[in-house]
Amino acid sequence: MLFIRRFEEQCNIAYRAGLAGGYMHTYIGMEALASGWINSIRKGYDYVITAYRDHAHALLLGTDAVAVMAEIIGRKGGTAGGKGGSMHIYDPENGFYGGWGIVGGHVPLGAGLAYAARYRNEDRVVLNFMGDGAANQGVVYETLNMASLYDLPCIFIVENNEFAMGTRLEYHAADPELWKRGQPYNMKCERVDGMDVIQMRKDAQRIIDWVRENQKPYWVEVMTYRYAGHGAADNDRQLYRTKEEEEVAWARDPIARLRKYLIDNNIMSEEAIEAVEAETEAEALAVLEKAKESPFPDTDEVYDNIYTDMTPEKGH
Amino acid sequence: MPNMIELSYREALQKGIVEEMERDQNVFLMGEDIGRYQGTFKVTRGLVEKFGQRDNRYNLRILDTPITEAGFAGIATGAAMAGLRPIVEFMTMSFSILALDQIINHTAKIHYMTNGVVKCPIVFRGPGGAAKQLSAQHSHSMEGWYAHVPGLKVLAPSTPADVYGMMKSAVRDDNPVILYENPGLYAIKGMVPEDDASFTVPIGKAAILREGKDISLVGYSRMTQINLEVAELLAKDGIDAEVVDVRSLLPLDTETIYASVKKTHRAVVVYEDWRSGGFGAEIAARIGEDCFDDLDAPVLRVGGLNVPMPYARNLELQCIPDADDVLAAVRKAF
Repeated sequence: MLFIRRFEEQCNIAYRAGLAGGYMHTYIGMEALASGWINSIRKGYDYVITAYRDHAHALLLGTDAVAVMAEIIGRKGGTAGGKGGSMHIYDPENGFYGGWGIVGGHVPLGAGLAYAARYRNEDRVVLNFMGDGAANQGVVYETLNMASLYDLPCIFIVENNEFAMGTRLEYHAADPELWKRGQPYNMKCERVDGMDVIQMRKDAQRIIDWVRENQKPYWVEVMTYRYAGHGAADNDRQLYRTKEEEEVAWARDPIARLRKYLIDNNIMSEEAIEAVEAETEAEALAVLEKAKESPFPDTDEVYDNIYTDMTPEKGH
Repeated sequence: MPNMIELSYREALQKGIVEEMERDQNVFLMGEDIGRYQGTFKVTRGLVEKFGQRDNRYNLRILDTPITEAGFAGIATGAAMAGLRPIVEFMTMSFSILALDQIINHTAKIHYMTNGVVKCPIVFRGPGGAAKQLSAQHSHSMEGWYAHVPGLKVLAPSTPADVYGMMKSAVRDDNPVILYENPGLYAIKGMVPEDDASFTVPIGKAAILREGKDISLVGYSRMTQINLEVAELLAKDGIDAEVVDVRSLLPLDTETIYASVKKTHRAVVVYEDWRSGGFGAEIAARIGEDCFDDLDAPVLRVGGLNVPMPYARNLELQCIPDADDVLAAVRKAF
């Protein structure tokens, strides 16, 4: 969790320095959510897919942090050689299938991964993450219907951070209780807390085990909050929320909460934690420095990998 | 030479599908009413009995889907990302408009966005263009829309042998392929290899179906059949037309098209899609750019009328290019 936060802060630094461009969305505040889920699967075997707020998922699956950062700053050494950017991190070897930019658009793809597992009689499960904004997209419900109809081992995880870009949940959802939205499709549904990593880990493990065992889909709303803006270009959060509200939310910071837990329960000393914090900070800093050493992609790579076996018509 | 058998376009297409399903367990079919209902245009007749069980709630190899094009196009794409080889039927290509976000913004771009790490071997197929009085919402020619998109391959065969061989090539291809079938072709008959499961027709090669020296009639799908008819009519007037069957829109075999134009010095491009901005306009533009010095007349286009397809049979026929429309264009070229 701590590394994700420090990594995301380095991403913001890179963005402000003009090293990263386009759309970039950090996971600051939401770290416990992906940490709880992804640490509960069989890494490299189970499949994970998410939207464009995707750095944390890749890091948790074991994708090289330098390659993730290099992708974010558009370099040859990136996970997609600089062709994807922040929103399109992939690492199928570690079970990570992206990294997608159209809200809700990847949700059927995740169900398709589950279809493949089902087709081959494997016991893989799929973690299919989406935001609360995606919970209004039509294709999500087409997918829920089919996932339930065909018994697909797919867990639909709504990362409810209370905002679809700059629109508050109650302004975009006729019924803000998103956890109910799997019910019409005859699938198990529930709401869980995503700000307490220990509880998140327990809930995730319970649900993953159930899906693996029963070969059925599951719809989960996970309550979280993003301290960051929607994207790096979102400079005026006061347009959709107050400073006071943010302060209240900071009191639920999952990292501070875990820190307190470790000290209160004599699991780690203040000094030991500080040492880890300093080390993690230095590590994240080194990741950005190392990523900057990677060159930009060569211009003749622009036509590479559009197809497996040909290039399209060249030239303007 | 393999033994040949006479089959309809529909039967030849199914033969290609069945052979690929038998060859590779990863190949499966999905679409609306393809199983128990046997397919709206009966391309999949008998397949649920052959590869699945009629009474199962679902058969993963012959999957009847709900009427949710975006959803099942996306599920098929995800399955392909994980290594399966789906063949997805759209009841008509007009309905694939609902799945455009999946096909264009997801399927077609996966390989590039992952810089070659993820492959997406998938075939989207179905009837496109006018059938008979299906009116405005069911008569779209979608092939030009798809041929616009880097990352897709687009095939439009005009004969039973070609649809058989190209279907097989499409399944074996590691890229997303659109196979466009004109409903007016399903019943036409032709000779097809009977017992050679290794037979394929390559993607990206045009064919000369009739050699001639005076003018090139360039088309694809059902319009190639019109062009063959026109060539026979022209022969009576002493004009020797060459019929170029484009077959593959993306990639486009400009080499074969240009060689024909360089020989005949005249070209008419025929396509059923709306004339304005249809794929024939792209072919015509390329001939104009690259064969200018060889041309004795402007490159002419014959396309569908730029109107939503009307219902009344006489109006519908007015919209679809026919032999008279092509003949009129040929006359303008001389």
